[in-house]
Amino acid sequence: MEKGGKILLAKIGIDGHDRGFRTIAAKLRDNGFKVILLGPWSSVDEVVNTALQEDPDVVGISTLGGDYLLIPKLIDKFKEMKLDVPIILGGIIPPEWEKKLKEIGVKKIFHPGTDLNEVVRHIRELAFKKRG
Amino acid sequence: MDIDTESIVKNFKELNKLLENWTEEYKKAISKAPERKKKFENPSEIPLKPIYTPLDIRGNIYSHYVNNVGFPGLYPFTRGVYPTMYRSRLWTKRLLTAFGSPEQANERIKLMLKAGETGINIPAPSISMRGMDTDEAAEKLDKGYIGLYGANFDTLKDIEILLDGIPIHKISVNYSDPAPFVTIALHFAFAKRKGIPWSEIRGTTNQADCYSHWASCWDFILFPLEAHLNLTLDHFEWCAKNAPRWWPLSIIGQHNSQAGATPVQEVAFTLAAGIDYVKRLVEKGMTADLAAQKISAFFDGQINLFEMAAKLRAARRIWARIMKEEFKAKNPRSWQLRMHVQTSGVELTRQQVLNNIVRVTLQALGAVLGGANSLHTDSFDEALCIPSEKAQIIALMTQHILSEESGVADVIDPLGGSYYVEWLTDEIEQRALEYIYKIEEMGGMLEALRKGFIQREIAKSAYDLQKKIENKERIIVGVNEFVIEEEEPEIEYPKPNSELVERQIERTKGIRKERDLQKVESSLDKLKEIASGNKEGNIFQQVINCVNVYCTRGEIVGALREIFGEGRPKIYLP
Repeated sequence: MEKGGKILLAKIGIDGHDRGFRTIAAKLRDNGFKVILLGPWSSVDEVVNTALQEDPDVVGISTLGGDYLLIPKLIDKFKEMKLDVPIILGGIIPPEWEKKLKEIGVKKIFHPGTDLNEVVRHIRELAFKKRG
Repeated sequence: MDIDTESIVKNFKELNKLLENWTEEYKKAISKAPERKKKFENPSEIPLKPIYTPLDIRGNIYSHYVNNVGFPGLYPFTRGVYPTMYRSRLWTKRLLTAFGSPEQANERIKLMLKAGETGINIPAPSISMRGMDTDEAAEKLDKGYIGLYGANFDTLKDIEILLDGIPIHKISVNYSDPAPFVTIALHFAFAKRKGIPWSEIRGTTNQADCYSHWASCWDFILFPLEAHLNLTLDHFEWCAKNAPRWWPLSIIGQHNSQAGATPVQEVAFTLAAGIDYVKRLVEKGMTADLAAQKISAFFDGQINLFEMAAKLRAARRIWARIMKEEFKAKNPRSWQLRMHVQTSGVELTRQQVLNNIVRVTLQALGAVLGGANSLHTDSFDEALCIPSEKAQIIALMTQHILSEESGVADVIDPLGGSYYVEWLTDEIEQRALEYIYKIEEMGGMLEALRKGFIQREIAKSAYDLQKKIENKERIIVGVNEFVIEEEEPEIEYPKPNSELVERQIERTKGIRKERDLQKVESSLDKLKEIASGNKEGNIFQQVINCVNVYCTRGEIVGALREIFGEGRPKIYLP
């Protein structure tokens, strides 16, 4: 726990491509994070409920195939439930949507091909900040 | 020619001596100019020597040729399944095409046919892969999903629009369509209404290989594994009886490879799946010949050129040997593995995005050198979004340049006889067979998946590659080396046409009101009866009966879920 933090990784929506999701999960695990996984087809409610139960430092969502469309709903639900956890995204998202999602509160968006060590550093920082 | 054994032995010894001398020279040379890499190996982690010679060919070079290489169109089909290969008929140029709405998909398909495409390849959008109708997804998920990628076919009305003016009695159509194969049912129902006999319909059910879905591509999973398998076998039996020119089952390596499997694992897991299906079909009373003859394959087109060509050559040979020697199939057609290749999307990069045109060219070249029978080439912008028209035309023209300008299609299996490629083909065959036997020992593919063996192997390979990219053992241009400052690429991000989206939602809603509800309900009831085993019948035939009375995709999937439940695989980390 001291080394990393606790992250909830999820794939919401309807896409099933999970290579990136599995790889980043393994990478975080190997860097001392406690990783909670919610696999493909998770609903917004499942992510919210798991976040309430597990109290993660960061929530990471993998989105491909248009599942970014559900992120505004997720953020609304987080606000409604007073869940103050940073949300980050990884995957393929059109540029205009990236802008929109950052405006409504997504902390960071990682693109394919990003150095995973950089991703880990970033998540560690967010987790550190969250825990104060 | 008489074989003079003595002179072969003499030549062998002579060559061995020459090679030893050369190796000494090489060692001296690298002491001054060290090799570029600590170790040379291919993506299957097979170590590579600096040079290959006749000494790397198992046995003597003539007997190796006779037993392992042979002739195109003849057992063991290393050099291709047809005697003439591309000299008579080129591979089928078949690009995944469909986006937005059935109207837009129809338009794009016609454009591609005009530009020289010779087969049709229709992807499914994620909504229909989840078994949802357009109006249902707009309500339950988000309207933004509709038309984002792939075109939805909810009912017969949609398929009529999709196939309007397309000669399906002349051209083959592949559909990416998960069990229970509603789109394929729509295709057959449409053909019947058009008066085209099912015996003339050509095409492929491109997503019937449930094992590959459970191993690595969740997109096509709607039901628990055992139910999924039953639907696949049932569809196979229906096609074997009713649609002799339709390919009901394509065993898919592409999913495994895109999820991280090495080329050796891809060959092994794909063929192990094929073996498992043939066994089950034989258990159900089908002859091994019929089962084997209706299975085709779908492999990933990767950029490592020689390994790519060797992979396809090895896969054909393993399949031929197993079908002939283990399953005792008698008809030579049963020994031939016809293969479609889709170039690898994972190997494309969003960085310096135009470089992807070059990558796709190399991937496609490898497929052609390996004797692929059908080919999809990715568009360069697919690292970012679904292909724009411009990019998709380039991807198709890439195939034309290969077939018409490069000369690679003029001589059959031009790499055959290369010491390196023949050695590599043997090596891939042997390593894949080791996996295949291991899976057999576990009790076949179903058991290997239940144990998580396949999933773990793939996860491990994906993670190993990630580490190699991080420490630059594997270079990806523009990603971990040769990175340059660049502006955001000018990409035409496709946007759904909101008018057509509304029209489709209304179309499906309209059908729900207009149709004969009694027929809908009785058809769905009968489907449930057959699926639960209370009534005799073929599930796929009943799916056709259902779409014929305008049941929607969502209703059919929903009915079957009442019986089978939902499938949700387990995640395996490396």
